[in-house]
Amino acid sequence: MSRAEKTSITIVGGGIVGAACALALARADLRPLVIEATTPGCGATAEGMGHLVVLDHDQTTLALTLRSLELWHALAPDLPDAAEWSGAGTLWLAEDSTQLERAGVHAEELRAVGLDARLIAGTELRALEPSLAQDLVGALRVADDRIVYPPVVAAWLLERACALGATLLAGVRLERLERLDDAEELIFADGRRQQSERVILATGLGTGALLPGHALAGAVQPRRGHLLITERTRLKVEHQLVELGYHDSVSARGATSVAFNLQPRPSGQLLLGSSRQDGSADREVDALVIARLIDRGRRFVPGLPAVRGLRAWVGLRPATRDGLPLVGPLPERPSLILACGHEGLGITTSLVTAEIVAAGLGAGTTRVDAHALRPERLLEESALHD
Amino acid sequence: MTDRVKILVDGVELEAMAGASVAAVLLGLDRAVLRRSPGGPPRGALCGMGTCFECRVTIDGRPGIRSCLEPCRDGLKVELDA
Repeated sequence: MSRAEKTSITIVGGGIVGAACALALARADLRPLVIEATTPGCGATAEGMGHLVVLDHDQTTLALTLRSLELWHALAPDLPDAAEWSGAGTLWLAEDSTQLERAGVHAEELRAVGLDARLIAGTELRALEPSLAQDLVGALRVADDRIVYPPVVAAWLLERACALGATLLAGVRLERLERLDDAEELIFADGRRQQSERVILATGLGTGALLPGHALAGAVQPRRGHLLITERTRLKVEHQLVELGYHDSVSARGATSVAFNLQPRPSGQLLLGSSRQDGSADREVDALVIARLIDRGRRFVPGLPAVRGLRAWVGLRPATRDGLPLVGPLPERPSLILACGHEGLGITTSLVTAEIVAAGLGAGTTRVDAHALRPERLLEESALHD
Repeated sequence: MTDRVKILVDGVELEAMAGASVAAVLLGLDRAVLRRSPGGPPRGALCGMGTCFECRVTIDGRPGIRSCLEPCRDGLKVELDA
């Protein structure tokens, strides 16, 4: 089979992470080759909410999401209308005074890192969001969170990358990798081969299959989530509404957990989530989970059950054991770089991931400490004893 | 010879081929507008294959049914939101 000339950098995966890496590297004149098995942005990228959110459940995630939002705001003016960049920020809802106190602590932490974050209570909350239940004590408003439509963004990022010298091969499936002395050989499903000095795996749940026998082969596992989109409705919602209990849901492992998360789309539709379940890659919708989403939802937005649901689906988040993505080269195989395992923050942190990957290749800098994202951390002595 | 069946569309009896989709039958009778989007703009079948959700009508009292996927049978009741 024909062998093309060796290329310097290949990105496997045309989802939002691969697309962001492609643009970052193309901007640095590195002319990356991008391999996408089907269509750009149509995998996990298309399954989530597209909520660009600052999360502070640990310092690393805070640093990643903070820098990410900066990058998103810088990118926003260039995004096409179809990317649906929109939103008035996030309202983290408190059901009782304990939660409100916790929200106050978050508000201080977020303000300390320069964000527009403050507590909203009583009449101000009702004025801001009339559709909220009257008995909610208050909310933390993070004003600069936003919403995008990820498949369009991924496709657009790749388009921009190609305009700057990247090459996209869509509909081409990578079957396996063969390690060469100081490079990688990519073997495609159709038998074609391509050598590349370095390969970036932005392959989410598909990463393990490309590392057979490797200690990290099982590092990215599915974390199943349900979403429901409604018909266009006159029910007015301005912010993304998330219950403070969401934080607990994200860190809990085990049976299916549900946490209220409601997003107004620019179309006038509402997108309702969210659920988490480990140990299942089943793509069939579980009606009981949808019922739980609506049940939890009506507690915060009493008018929700009257809105007609249009369609529900299941998405599989690519998750790691410690909730942080794997970004960086394999220490024993530096020609292979991972950029995967972003769980529910793939859209948000795609841009900072690209910044980190580019910096690792000498193409730009980053002030984010990427040490916490090194893939080998999951194999280190202390990690093995967890 | 294909079976003919009688369906009701907003209370009016119409004849249709058994098994033809409700959307196809309505389109054949120049009824392209099946509902209205909030604010008034007309909507109807676009993809004709169950993926766009634009052709939703009420069938036998059940709202939100994709008419392009619903086969006509005798006595079927269609209500449009147009």
